[in-house]
Amino acid sequence: MALLATVALSACYGHVEALKPTDIRVEDGEFVAVLGPNGAGKSTLMRAIMGLVPNRGAVHFHDEALPRRDPAALASRGVILVPEGRGIFGPMSVAENLELGAYLVGRHTAEFESRLARVLALFPRLRERLSQTAGSMSGGEQQMLAVGRALMANPRILLLDEPSLGLAPRVTAEILETLGELNRQGLSVILVEQKAPLALRLANRAYLLSLGKIVAEINPREVQSYDEIARYYFAT
Amino acid sequence: MRLHATILQLKAMTAQQSGSRRRLLAWLPGVIGVAIVLYTFIGGGYLVSVVSFGLIYALFVTGLNLFMGYTGQVSFGQNAFAAISGYMSAVLTTTYGWGVAPALACGIAATLVVALVVGYPALRLKGHYLAMATLAIGLIAYEVAVQWQSVTQGYMGISGIPPLGVFGYEITSDRGNLAFLALVAGLGVGAAALIRHSRLGRAMTAVAGSEDAARALGIDVARYKLLAFLIAAAYAGLAGSLFVHVVGFVSPEVYGLHMVNLAFTMLYVGGIGTIAGPLVGAIIIILLPETFRSFRDYQDMAYGAVLILLLIYAPRGLASLSDLWSGRARG
Repeated sequence: MALLATVALSACYGHVEALKPTDIRVEDGEFVAVLGPNGAGKSTLMRAIMGLVPNRGAVHFHDEALPRRDPAALASRGVILVPEGRGIFGPMSVAENLELGAYLVGRHTAEFESRLARVLALFPRLRERLSQTAGSMSGGEQQMLAVGRALMANPRILLLDEPSLGLAPRVTAEILETLGELNRQGLSVILVEQKAPLALRLANRAYLLSLGKIVAEINPREVQSYDEIARYYFAT
Repeated sequence: MRLHATILQLKAMTAQQSGSRRRLLAWLPGVIGVAIVLYTFIGGGYLVSVVSFGLIYALFVTGLNLFMGYTGQVSFGQNAFAAISGYMSAVLTTTYGWGVAPALACGIAATLVVALVVGYPALRLKGHYLAMATLAIGLIAYEVAVQWQSVTQGYMGISGIPPLGVFGYEITSDRGNLAFLALVAGLGVGAAALIRHSRLGRAMTAVAGSEDAARALGIDVARYKLLAFLIAAAYAGLAGSLFVHVVGFVSPEVYGLHMVNLAFTMLYVGGIGTIAGPLVGAIIIILLPETFRSFRDYQDMAYGAVLILLLIYAPRGLASLSDLWSGRARG
């Protein structure tokens, strides 16, 4: 039984079908990468899973069909998205952003304190910045905050949309290293990424998306060279 | 190593001092606003009435700020809610002989019901579409006030509205009105500050930041937009009712588009999204024309020039002037 699966999930922007009927699945504890060039439909797939765009088809969580346009229902089951561009709340402090991550459990609970301690242990830099306005932090710190805020929701599966966007390679490596560690502790991850080598280093499995449809399923251990993947990128 | 540690220590001390100075500066606009109210109260005269109107507008704009500044939505129709509550208060007290307090409470309740009915469908719209829809609400309310003559008496308006008061005690002096309105405005601004720092306020600010990111965290965006709309309508309703009891008269012109223009100017000059901004903006904007009265024919030109200068040098509003000063200190 897959932890999360999409069944013929498609999404449209007006009359444009940005995501054609797509089936993907993620097992418990698995790290799945979704690769593809710009405009392939990767972010739309994430937004369709979360119900943030008009969509058709179904999303199953532990074989239970989830409501199609109800992100709160997914969040309450532990399906948490770190959106493209981080989606941090700039005018608020780092602490307030983290509090919003645990919005469904509330602030004055032991559960909240334990989640906060865990996140601050993973990202010690956030502890130093708790009272700082989130918008005034560097791009790398903002991405740490975005991931930390998602972890405050105690996810069963984390959906990350291009966390490397606009970040220095060293910062990206640091964040991905943390994600790898979280995955080793049992957290399932879907990582959307343009930079295939980065994602394949961590992933157990990868889907290659092109022009809104899955064109290949890849086992990263069997990838001899990136030429084959690059062919899909440049074919668009 | 020791030098490095000393430099770090010095940097930390400087940052701490700069933080304290910023906090002090952040309070300054609010303190100036309160000082103006106190000065007017002690000095008396014509300005007492002017500042009283400023305080009523401060309440109105505080509500608008909750909807626009904190939640990131747009509304050009808050005047409709002030009109509904204002007319309800006026009609209930003059035609049916109700006391001021129950009439005022009824006015706010009616405002909330209308805001709920209107807001539920209207808040599905975004950006310009929401702005146009709310503008239409304001225009419809104005037309109803003009046309429904059997109740509102059209352009003639309703006069003889009793002054503010409760349990047989009436506030008959301008100073009394000013003191009461200062108390209510203070409570209104205080409540807005509490909302901003509560779970509700954080959720509202999250909606303003990114609706998708908020939704993905399980925040019911539609619910918080509606809540913000209702709270803003309640503030507008309170301001609308207070106005008719302070002036003793109401006509459609009171709640026309001029009210929307004035409220937006106060909000942006004071500082949208700040707690003290609406109070500071309302007091300054209401006093500006009085300040330039001696300019006679050039009064409007001077008023406009000052507004332009304020928005150039304090684009985030007077309540954010501390940023400007601390920026200069750093530079």
